[in-house]
Amino acid sequence: MTRQFWLATAAMLCITSPVASETAPSAVTYVDGAIDVSLTGSPGDAAAGKKVMTTASLGNCVACHQIGTIPEADFQGDIAPPLDGVADRYSEAELRGLVANAKMTFEDSFMPAFYKTEGFTRPGAAYSGKAPTEDLPPILTAQQIEDVVAYLITMTE
Amino acid sequence: MQRHVARLATTLALGLALTGTAFADPVDDSLSIETDDGVLEIVTTTAAPAHLSDVMDTIYSGWHFREDETRALQRDDFDNPGMVYVDRALDSWNKAQGAKGESCAGCHEGPESMKGLRAVTPRVDATTGALMTVENYVNECVTDRMGLEAWGMTGDKMKDMLALISMQSRGEVVNIAIDGAAAPFWEAGKEIYYTRFGQLEMSCANCHEDNQGRYIRADHLSQGQVNGFPVYRLKDAGILTAQQRFVGCVRDTRAETFKPDSAEFKALELYVASRGNGLSVEGVSVRH
Repeated sequence: MTRQFWLATAAMLCITSPVASETAPSAVTYVDGAIDVSLTGSPGDAAAGKKVMTTASLGNCVACHQIGTIPEADFQGDIAPPLDGVADRYSEAELRGLVANAKMTFEDSFMPAFYKTEGFTRPGAAYSGKAPTEDLPPILTAQQIEDVVAYLITMTE
Repeated sequence: MQRHVARLATTLALGLALTGTAFADPVDDSLSIETDDGVLEIVTTTAAPAHLSDVMDTIYSGWHFREDETRALQRDDFDNPGMVYVDRALDSWNKAQGAKGESCAGCHEGPESMKGLRAVTPRVDATTGALMTVENYVNECVTDRMGLEAWGMTGDKMKDMLALISMQSRGEVVNIAIDGAAAPFWEAGKEIYYTRFGQLEMSCANCHEDNQGRYIRADHLSQGQVNGFPVYRLKDAGILTAQQRFVGCVRDTRAETFKPDSAEFKALELYVASRGNGLSVEGVSVRH
């Protein structure tokens, strides 16, 4: 009984604690804008990434990019390049860097940095319009970034 | 060969798709409003003022970026939901509501005495040197002359009165002074306009200058002109001031907003209004 309890607790901790191999936003190394290694230490889940890309409160990639492979997301924006074939144009490491902080690749990019927590002008607590009372989390977690990258690398033409 | 044809077809399809986005530009249309006093022509498209010559040739009222049904609501005062608030303000204008029974009408007679004010505000008051919006002028009267507590900058009483006063300048050309005493405020507003705020790091210019005419999801990005303010906003079913819209925009960049009537937003309103020099004041416009 006790042994089972401790085993279960240990298993739960493994799930809920930040994974030791996860790279924090401030610790990410960019090489010419690219991030070579997975932020979580393992590959992401493309299906989960697709969800992040079309959910307004998460990645909301379709707000600005046209994504022909996700026709069910309506009113796709057109202020940024279409993403179809993006895996033919960029490597996985480059895509990871673009999603995490596109300004490391394109200095003046309009694209928000999805894995950055410092260096903002008047940051707010999410969409409340109010000053944050805690440390600012990145817009997407390391896992969500990897999930999006996993979907993007399927986008060959 | 077959593959070549297929590629050509794809290229053509892509070309058409890209051409399609070009139609997202401002709608080619013109605005004449049926009013109680006849038809009023509104300038909704004109040459950009000189200070914008480096960035754009033509300025457009936000009216050009809205759907057919929304634009139609502004063609006839009978259809414009904002007129209800103008009527309500007329009652307020005539009402003896000051501490000693003062009314707006007591000093100013009819609201038509406010003709021209909206076209030149925000402006620096010649006597005090203070930057004044229409709302600031209203509150000056409310507190100094009527002996009342200041009205809330985005409260109903204020917004009704702003609507009534703006209507007196409807059709007049926006002519915001940007030099002389206004220059430091204009420069401060311009600085804010080009600052990338919030966790999304977006400036006014990122959307309303660099990407005007394009879409963020279903939102058709206008030039962010304020000549139509106050607006009746269908989404809010009420009157919205320019600075209330600024709050919404800055909030949506995941930023800590400035407050309506803050020095920052007053300067920004002056600057943004000056980007519309040459367009008509629309009184109370209709947007979604």
